[in-house]
Amino acid sequence: MHDLNVVDLSRLQFALTALYHYLFVPLTLGLSMLLAAMETVYVVTRKPIYRQMTQFWGKLFLINFALGVATGLTMEFEFGTNWSFYSSFVGDIFGAPLAIEGLMAFFMESTFVGLMAFGWERLRPGQHLAVTYLVALGSNLSALWILVANAFMQSPVGAHFNPATMRMELSSLPALIFNHDAQAKFVHTSIAGFVTAAIFVTGVSAFYLLRKRHVDLARRSFRMAALFGVLATIGVITLGDALGFVGAQAQPTKLAAMEALWTTEKAPMPFNLVAFPSQSEQTNHGTLQVPYALSLLVTHSLDGSVPGVDQLEKDAVRRIHDGIPAVTALKTLSANPSDATALQQFKAHEKDLGYGFLLERYAPDVTQATPAQVNQAARDTIPAVAPVFWSFRVMVAMGLAMLAFFVMAVIYTMRNNVQDKRWFLKLAVWMIPVPFLANEAGWLVAELGRQPWTVYEMLPTWMSASTHSLGYMIFSITGFVLLYTVFIVVEMYLMVRAIRTGPGTSPGFGEDARLNPAPEA
Amino acid sequence: MDLYAALQITWWLLLGVLLIGLATMVGMDMGVGTILRYVGRTDLQRRVALNTIGPHWDGNQVWFVLGGGAVFAAFPLIYATAFSGFYVVMLLLLWSMIMRPLGFEYRSKMSSRAWRETWDWALFVSGFVPMVVFGAAFGNLFLGAPFHFEWNLTSVYTGSFLSLLNPFAILCGLLSVSLSAFMGASMLMLRAEGAIHQRARTLARGASILAVVLFAIGGVWVRSLRGFVLTAAPAPGTAQTPLQQSVDVASGAWLHNFIGHPLLWLVPVLGFAGMLGGHLAATRGRSLWAWWLGATAWAGVIGTAGVALFPFLLPSSAVPAQSLTVWNASSSQMTLSWMLGFALVFVPLIIWYTSWAFYVMRGTVRGEHVASDEHAY
Repeated sequence: MHDLNVVDLSRLQFALTALYHYLFVPLTLGLSMLLAAMETVYVVTRKPIYRQMTQFWGKLFLINFALGVATGLTMEFEFGTNWSFYSSFVGDIFGAPLAIEGLMAFFMESTFVGLMAFGWERLRPGQHLAVTYLVALGSNLSALWILVANAFMQSPVGAHFNPATMRMELSSLPALIFNHDAQAKFVHTSIAGFVTAAIFVTGVSAFYLLRKRHVDLARRSFRMAALFGVLATIGVITLGDALGFVGAQAQPTKLAAMEALWTTEKAPMPFNLVAFPSQSEQTNHGTLQVPYALSLLVTHSLDGSVPGVDQLEKDAVRRIHDGIPAVTALKTLSANPSDATALQQFKAHEKDLGYGFLLERYAPDVTQATPAQVNQAARDTIPAVAPVFWSFRVMVAMGLAMLAFFVMAVIYTMRNNVQDKRWFLKLAVWMIPVPFLANEAGWLVAELGRQPWTVYEMLPTWMSASTHSLGYMIFSITGFVLLYTVFIVVEMYLMVRAIRTGPGTSPGFGEDARLNPAPEA
Repeated sequence: MDLYAALQITWWLLLGVLLIGLATMVGMDMGVGTILRYVGRTDLQRRVALNTIGPHWDGNQVWFVLGGGAVFAAFPLIYATAFSGFYVVMLLLLWSMIMRPLGFEYRSKMSSRAWRETWDWALFVSGFVPMVVFGAAFGNLFLGAPFHFEWNLTSVYTGSFLSLLNPFAILCGLLSVSLSAFMGASMLMLRAEGAIHQRARTLARGASILAVVLFAIGGVWVRSLRGFVLTAAPAPGTAQTPLQQSVDVASGAWLHNFIGHPLLWLVPVLGFAGMLGGHLAATRGRSLWAWWLGATAWAGVIGTAGVALFPFLLPSSAVPAQSLTVWNASSSQMTLSWMLGFALVFVPLIIWYTSWAFYVMRGTVRGEHVASDEHAY
């Protein structure tokens, strides 16, 4: 039986380590692409400034990359260490994209990143360019496979439950890969990485332009990043809309939380621009609405409607009742796999097994569940509305702000007067944290909105965690917090130092002489 | 034998290949980290040592990531049960490994002596600790881990962290460290010269002898360990859970596979041959031979463990009947087939471009190169 405090701490630890890892990943995704673009210009034009640009941004790329790789190690193993039941329950499906990610993407990215850093003198320019492209391709393919895995948690397609092995198993790998949620989310997320890199490059370039240092490099970098950024931001917003459209059908409870939709209303539905949702009263306070907008946004029509919390909870009660015979039949099958009656009963109620599991949290013997316990379980199917609602709005607002920023950046850089707009350059520096916050907010929408499930409507979060003691969890969270805090301080320090040192030489380069006074024979 | 059972065996073999790849490639880099402070007395020497593997450690480390992913995909019950059961050990492994990328990337970014000393220690810890854990994990497979399953296969671990640090596991951990130090030293012999080369050679000679001794002691010790025997279970290649078998525990049972199939003795012999051959090659200064013989030794050692345990992957000391085997812990036939397809395409590709990367960066790393190259670590 699970200690629910341990489950909460396991969630906290996973969220902390994933959000932390996700500080570094988007910049890797986008900056690798920008490096490839800069180096392409170098190979085509052979202007040394573009080689210098590639090498300088490459240096910053590597400082960021190291921490991304390091914290990615945690992610690869944390499903096993902390989500043991999840891992055995869906490992047959979920493990595959993770392993393919290693085989197809991460190996390529990591092998060639070494050559990208060390191979400047050993490879011909064309070869080195190919290596840089392979790094960019590898890191983006890596994101693809991770998001295929994540999409399975959001919208479990291509899988079925096998009572003989007591777990979910793969029915179709193509269905898993071509999951609509995976496709929309991959493009949305990887392009969000491009936006992140574009803001980073424009911000750092603006810093140089403000100080009138490395002006040529900064102006060219600013222009490339601004063009890259405006296209990418349009892409992110378009794909975000597509993702909302796909997600609305796949996960109505997430949508209800994103929009704080407590009651089902007739079309055309208004959009809650601002609201202060109260979970216990199931209502919003201080609402500011835009008429018709929600129907337009999520159904792309004026007469579309989506279910609110009231309707969703009613559906959940029905499915929980249907899940009870599924769980009891499964218990019988566990002891006696050849019991034909139990198998038949299980098959009849299989699709609501997850809802039966949801009830087990309150009634360990589901056949004895009271109506109050069923209602409690049904209430659980609605995620925490306020954080999902607000994370979503923060993400969208930041996305729109970045679009406005890039439009202006493109106009100024094309008129060739961005270097004179000191207020805009200052704004560009201040924009650097924005995409990082937007990325984290997007993660929160996707993963908080998936609750109470680890695999939507199949496996509840409460039974997915490992059965650790409270002490173990406190130990591991403390360790991660201490270690990760030290690392981010070191990383930020080196990043700022490398930016201040600027292009040309490595920070620390040439200062070694006093450490090595006389060469040893 | 039907197709599913054949796939299970194939994935058991592939898991062995991945573990050998992991031990050889990551083990080599970790070995360099472990012996860094010994072979490099000045800062420049340490930089040379780090730069021999500088362009490759990142790619090599993916063997570790892929090992995790492959266990997840091919043997999810092992991934779930072992990694949660060995929780504190896994954390020590992860926390020490996290320091490695930073150690390589950040160490030479500042010229303060304290800064570099700190990272040198971090590189030592992140080379030494994971290799001890890697070996000790194998040792604990022979002893079994104290876990059992609830009706729905929720795994419950009942042991303590300290019970994992038993004498047999420590012996295996030291064997793993000595082979890793040998691989690191032979890489340094291959790509560094002068004092570093000399010290690496001395170390390689010592490490190979230590490995021979530890491997021999381990072999004798196994005779008195309680081994597991599968006495009744659904046939291989049938969908099953670990709740449907019976298992006997008997002293010396881990040698049954060797006694039943004497040809299998060649596997441990391969291990000894690799270590002794590696010693000879290091003595004669044949660095490349030493490296390949070290890899052979790893293949022999990991192969020996796999063969002895087969068909067990993770025995349960708490409820032996719920031990995990190749037959009850694997993925479904469909997942194993798909994954085999991907492995057959991509593993040769990986080996090909990894070799190309080593070819591009071939040759001796010299102090003056490191000092004048702004991209060097």
